[in-house]
Amino acid sequence: MKIEKQQVEYVAHLARLEFSAGETERFTSQLNDILLYMDKLNEVDTNGVVPLGSNVVLNNAFREDVVKDSLGPDLALANAPEARNGCFLVPRVVE
Amino acid sequence: MELYELTIHELQALIRAGSTTAADILSSVYRRIDAVESKVHAYITVTRELAEEQAAQADEAIKKGEIKELTGIPIALKDILCTRGIKTTCGSKMLADFVPPYDATVVTRLRQAGAVFTGKTNMDEFAMGSSNETSYFGVTANPWDLTRIPGGSSGGSAAAVAADECLAALGSDTGGSIRQPAALCGVVGMKPTYGRVSRFGLIAFASSLDQIGPFTKDVEDCAIMMSAIAGHDPRESTSAPAETPDYRQFLSRGVEGWTVGIPREYFLAGIDPEVEAAVRKTIAVVEGLGARCIPISLPHTQYCLAVYYIVAPAEASSNLARYDGVKYGFRFRDGRDLLDMYKKTRSAGFGAEVKRRIMLGTYVLSSGYYDAYYKKASQVRQLITRDFEQAFQTCDVILTPTSPTPAFRLGEKTDDPMQMYLSDIFTISANLAGIPGLSVPCGFTTGGLPIGVQFLAGHFGEGKLLQIAAAYEKHANIEKRRPSL
Repeated sequence: MKIEKQQVEYVAHLARLEFSAGETERFTSQLNDILLYMDKLNEVDTNGVVPLGSNVVLNNAFREDVVKDSLGPDLALANAPEARNGCFLVPRVVE
Repeated sequence: MELYELTIHELQALIRAGSTTAADILSSVYRRIDAVESKVHAYITVTRELAEEQAAQADEAIKKGEIKELTGIPIALKDILCTRGIKTTCGSKMLADFVPPYDATVVTRLRQAGAVFTGKTNMDEFAMGSSNETSYFGVTANPWDLTRIPGGSSGGSAAAVAADECLAALGSDTGGSIRQPAALCGVVGMKPTYGRVSRFGLIAFASSLDQIGPFTKDVEDCAIMMSAIAGHDPRESTSAPAETPDYRQFLSRGVEGWTVGIPREYFLAGIDPEVEAAVRKTIAVVEGLGARCIPISLPHTQYCLAVYYIVAPAEASSNLARYDGVKYGFRFRDGRDLLDMYKKTRSAGFGAEVKRRIMLGTYVLSSGYYDAYYKKASQVRQLITRDFEQAFQTCDVILTPTSPTPAFRLGEKTDDPMQMYLSDIFTISANLAGIPGLSVPCGFTTGGLPIGVQFLAGHFGEGKLLQIAAAYEKHANIEKRRPSL
């Protein structure tokens, strides 16, 4: 086994997800299959190979530091599930 | 002949000659949508009112002689592209009611070019899938056989073009999501070089792999669409400042004296015999055009899928962290506290495939596993990229099958993620290496399903892809068929 049920539950917590017992079992088995397939990569000698994160052509994209139009508060809040007084509303976090 | 059956360049000629109007073209396309959409289900949202308004504006412009490259042309947009004031769902319950406050840069460019938007096309949820079956809004059928999948994740865009429910469409391609459905639906699809087309306003899946590109009925239309959408965008930091040529100049140049690489690793056991036969026939046609086809090797090909299914979920798990039920999208209303609200929102808002990839990505990036998975995959990605750099020292373009099989049946692979992932085996490498790829129809199976051939070129080699695809399309004499719907 590459990954056990307890690890799946821990990773779910990190990813802010939760699963029923049946779902956890199915994910554990499917993630195992996928991770076993990944073992193929161990055949490749990567000693000294620089990891490639992306194929971006330039390193930095600079622009002049001038103020430009941006979304106003009304548009920024337009899709919020709950908003009040110009703020996003979330469940109480401080008792 | 109905107007909806024509191509962009054919309609442009009619518009310029004054023999048709944008309103006539649009009403023809909507007659077609009314007739076939209930069978195909290519769209999530149809934007008829907006389209009629845009067509009226186009006709005003035409009257004044102000005809631009896409004036009056009905185009569909994958529902992953933000459209100001038009619902953009990304195929997910999470964004079922999301109305973007801005347009993606490609949408702005198409508006400026005079295009008319027919609607937003169906897709796998967050572009994660190869069959359109993970969409929260139901599956799309392949217009050539309604019991089969159209491919994915841009399956709705491919099906809409194949079924004449628009003249052209935009999709996005992270591991083959334009080229594979284009092949399976018998249309032309291009994934440009990473950085060629701005990703601003494209809902992010895997940011180092995602690219937007067109679906069209022929290669000339692909060149027209690429000229409209490509180019530098100051709002997108990975957008390349390279010059954008007028891609139509490549269409008539031919490939006399070219060298075309045929990678032996792309003709493996497991490839459908009819697909292999059609692609072998393509090689013969290309040789007949005066190009030399040589065997080449891309030795790390067999590792592409494993690299992809580490890198893409890793980036996705980070990109999709933004869906927290606070700023936009679905929220679970009765959370006990903030953490509970996050978990219940995300668990109810995402479908199974998206959750599987978030889990996989979170795992491979988690403490203790990063080096074994993400770092190792990024190193092998470097080797895959070098394979292509070396190959392009000996050949102008590379020719491969686009997909190992024709369209498979609805439900055939939904219970086996690994089998589903294998359908992208020939397209993933281009995303990992950041190079452009184009799929063009190259025949049909005896059962009448379309087959596609893929051309790959070095960075910013889109012109070469259009050059060989146009020459091939002109001389291959692929039978002109339309799906019977």
